[in-house]
Amino acid sequence: MRSLRLIAQRLLAALPTLLLVSLGAFLLLESAPGDAADAYLAQTGGDAGFAAELRQRLGLEGTPLDRLAAFYAGLLQGDLGTSALFNRPVLHVIAERLPTTLLLMAAAVSFTALVGSALGLLAGVRPGGWRDQAITVATLGLLAMPNFWLALLLVLLFGVQLAWLPTSGLQSLGAPKTGLAAALDMAWHLVLPTLALGAGYLALYTRTLRAGMAATWRADHVRAARARGLAERRVVWRAVARPALLPVVVLLGQQVGTLFGGSVVTETVFGIPGLGRLTYEAVAGRDTLLLVGVVMAGTVVVILANLLVDLLLVRLDPRIGASGG
Amino acid sequence: MPGLTRRTFMAGTAAMVPALGSRAAFAQQPRRGGVLVVAADTEPRNLNPALVASNGVFYVASKVIEPLAEMGPDGSLLPRLATAWEGSADGRSVRFTLREGVQWHDGRPFTSADVAFSALQLWKPLQNLGRIVFKDLEAVDTPDAKTAILRFSAPTPFQLVRNAVPALTAVVPKHLYEGTDINANPANTKLVGTGPFRFVEHRPGEYYRLERNPNYWESGKPYLDGIVYQVLPDRAAIAAALEADRIQLAAFSAVPLADLERIGKVPGVKVVTEGYEGITYQLTVEMNHRRKELADPRVRRAIAHAIDRQFVVDTIFLGYAKASTGPVPLFDKQFYAADAAMPAFDRARANALLDEAGYPRGAGGTRFQLRLLPAPWFEQTRQFGDYLRQALRAVGIDAQIVNNDAAAHTRAVYTDRSFDLAIGSPVYRNDPAISTTILYQGGLPAGVPFSNQYGYDSPAMNDIIAKAAVAVDEGERVRLYRDFERLAAEDVPLVHVAEFTFITVARDRVRNVANNPRWATSHWSDTWLAS
Repeated sequence: MRSLRLIAQRLLAALPTLLLVSLGAFLLLESAPGDAADAYLAQTGGDAGFAAELRQRLGLEGTPLDRLAAFYAGLLQGDLGTSALFNRPVLHVIAERLPTTLLLMAAAVSFTALVGSALGLLAGVRPGGWRDQAITVATLGLLAMPNFWLALLLVLLFGVQLAWLPTSGLQSLGAPKTGLAAALDMAWHLVLPTLALGAGYLALYTRTLRAGMAATWRADHVRAARARGLAERRVVWRAVARPALLPVVVLLGQQVGTLFGGSVVTETVFGIPGLGRLTYEAVAGRDTLLLVGVVMAGTVVVILANLLVDLLLVRLDPRIGASGG
Repeated sequence: MPGLTRRTFMAGTAAMVPALGSRAAFAQQPRRGGVLVVAADTEPRNLNPALVASNGVFYVASKVIEPLAEMGPDGSLLPRLATAWEGSADGRSVRFTLREGVQWHDGRPFTSADVAFSALQLWKPLQNLGRIVFKDLEAVDTPDAKTAILRFSAPTPFQLVRNAVPALTAVVPKHLYEGTDINANPANTKLVGTGPFRFVEHRPGEYYRLERNPNYWESGKPYLDGIVYQVLPDRAAIAAALEADRIQLAAFSAVPLADLERIGKVPGVKVVTEGYEGITYQLTVEMNHRRKELADPRVRRAIAHAIDRQFVVDTIFLGYAKASTGPVPLFDKQFYAADAAMPAFDRARANALLDEAGYPRGAGGTRFQLRLLPAPWFEQTRQFGDYLRQALRAVGIDAQIVNNDAAAHTRAVYTDRSFDLAIGSPVYRNDPAISTTILYQGGLPAGVPFSNQYGYDSPAMNDIIAKAAVAVDEGERVRLYRDFERLAAEDVPLVHVAEFTFITVARDRVRNVANNPRWATSHWSDTWLAS
């Protein structure tokens, strides 16, 4: 019941957020110099009549306000409009790309959360020990590396020098596979992008869990647990790590948001057709409706991810739900 | 870059490329089979070359949809869908004899009706370049299934039509387009043609897949089972994929010039500099004559004198370019006027001309300020912007660089005309009338990209361009265009700095690469993969 109320509240609050985000994206791209016809003509050239016909075909006549009104009128009927760049409904273009991005994000979130937490646990068992220090230095190094640079380094090392992993794309294009082989082929192609996209966040998980554990070691309940003569392993698991996991779960929700930004670069370097690259293409092509659609889709994903996190937190710690949520 | 001239660089490159164009490659028996994976860095929204004649479109579409004829190694025309062509003396008609036994990929026969439909419904009214060349096309007669006669309402030089044929005459199937909204026809993205490869699928952002056409009219070809274009927007990733043999070829200088020397040494990888002679780009400085200073021919000459073309070729293009002398590139022996040359590098002369024009150096040695908009198309257009700024500072002109992306640059320069200097890269399409005279023609409306939007309007120049446009006699036409080049060199309405084409990087086992002057945009039916 409490959870249902939380869901209803969040979804209601999402509406003004979506309105604001779509308006912002629309106005930003409309106020950029040049329009979709200019972006197209930059590739093809053509005479004066060509440009005029193109503008008419792309629906670029009239003022930005007219177009904005038309967009919201369509939105009320569930229509996100037609992409100027792809000449197809925005919804179709996004539906084509969203699964890839979600797959990549899920892979990156699982990788960072699992490995980051494991490292954090290892470091938090004995704060200040040599393991803690080594892990801190290594993860902070990853955090400091720019995403694209790390991506290229990974490609050069594992793709070119060692030739263990594919350098780009989602599948082996020369000899396409089917069934299980195709799924494995795709997983194989996702290894490097996942590492590149997730590596930066690794440090945050590690640091968060480690800091939480370091603080918990001094808590009364830990001392009590020890006094009761619990085995050290059970102290670490039950008394120290578990409460420190709450902020890690909060981090999950945040990471989904920032991953959208990182995916622009990662998808470009690895040639992966996801929403990140679509965002860039929409901006470069001055495809306002596509950009608005992509931004709205991203917003929905972030809102849903955070809702899930909140539901998970309620489960993990009943006090959160009780305080009204 | 001292010590590195184009010649030594080219010699080094040639040594890296033993297979290219050498007898050894041709001596080997072509092998059938294999899928060639190549890099693609753009995905054109409309892939129909009969509507959009651009290199990005041709790169994929030229394997599927064929033109009437293609450009041969010496710049001559070689048959594709047409086997013979003949122009009438009055410039009012051109007769094409079409190839027998050609089928569309859906099995229907190819006939003169397809040519007539493509010409009248696509090339003339809708195609970006056809609208210029075929503007006076009035009818296409089809006395039989294998003859198409183009009829013009005003004299249209046969020489122009011939030069335009490789890029402007892609033929599409009438039975799929007739009675439809041509611009919205699904066949514009899911191509159906007569070419050596059939279009299978396009996964946006991922790849285009073409497969061998078993019914191709040239028996035994194509050699490849298929071609896959992997969409790779990142240039460093393209180089890595080539090294790892995940892709076998990257055309259109997808590998950065600065990376070529290194990648050329990777075993199994070759750097190919040929195959783009028929798609020359020019690096230009467009000067807005609406600025009082730039309306003065002495100032424009001074700017031309301030540019060291050889330095630009050696340092920015790393030798993979030639210094320009004017609007027609050296490759085009037909029209190139050897005696017309834009002002050469001479800083003292530039300073003297600026003094003479009444712009003495003021505080800090500056004469006046200009806004400089480098086109974002190539890394070289941006880099040249930085060079030009320095070169102009040396003669007392303070150029402020304004960087834009493609859409913003196109709007600012070609519609709003809000620039003083702009760096451009127009394409020379093997005849000055296709996309070169519009760089000089006065009175064009705003909004025409890659044209004279800088306000140059010379009656003498307009007169030459108008006369040449209808000059049916080829000798007369060539004479007029050479006059055009001489007047361009005298007036300097814009500066032609360098002419450049592209570089292909490929694995050694890809054979018959670059064996014609528009190779990357040609059919690839004879390209093969060695085992």
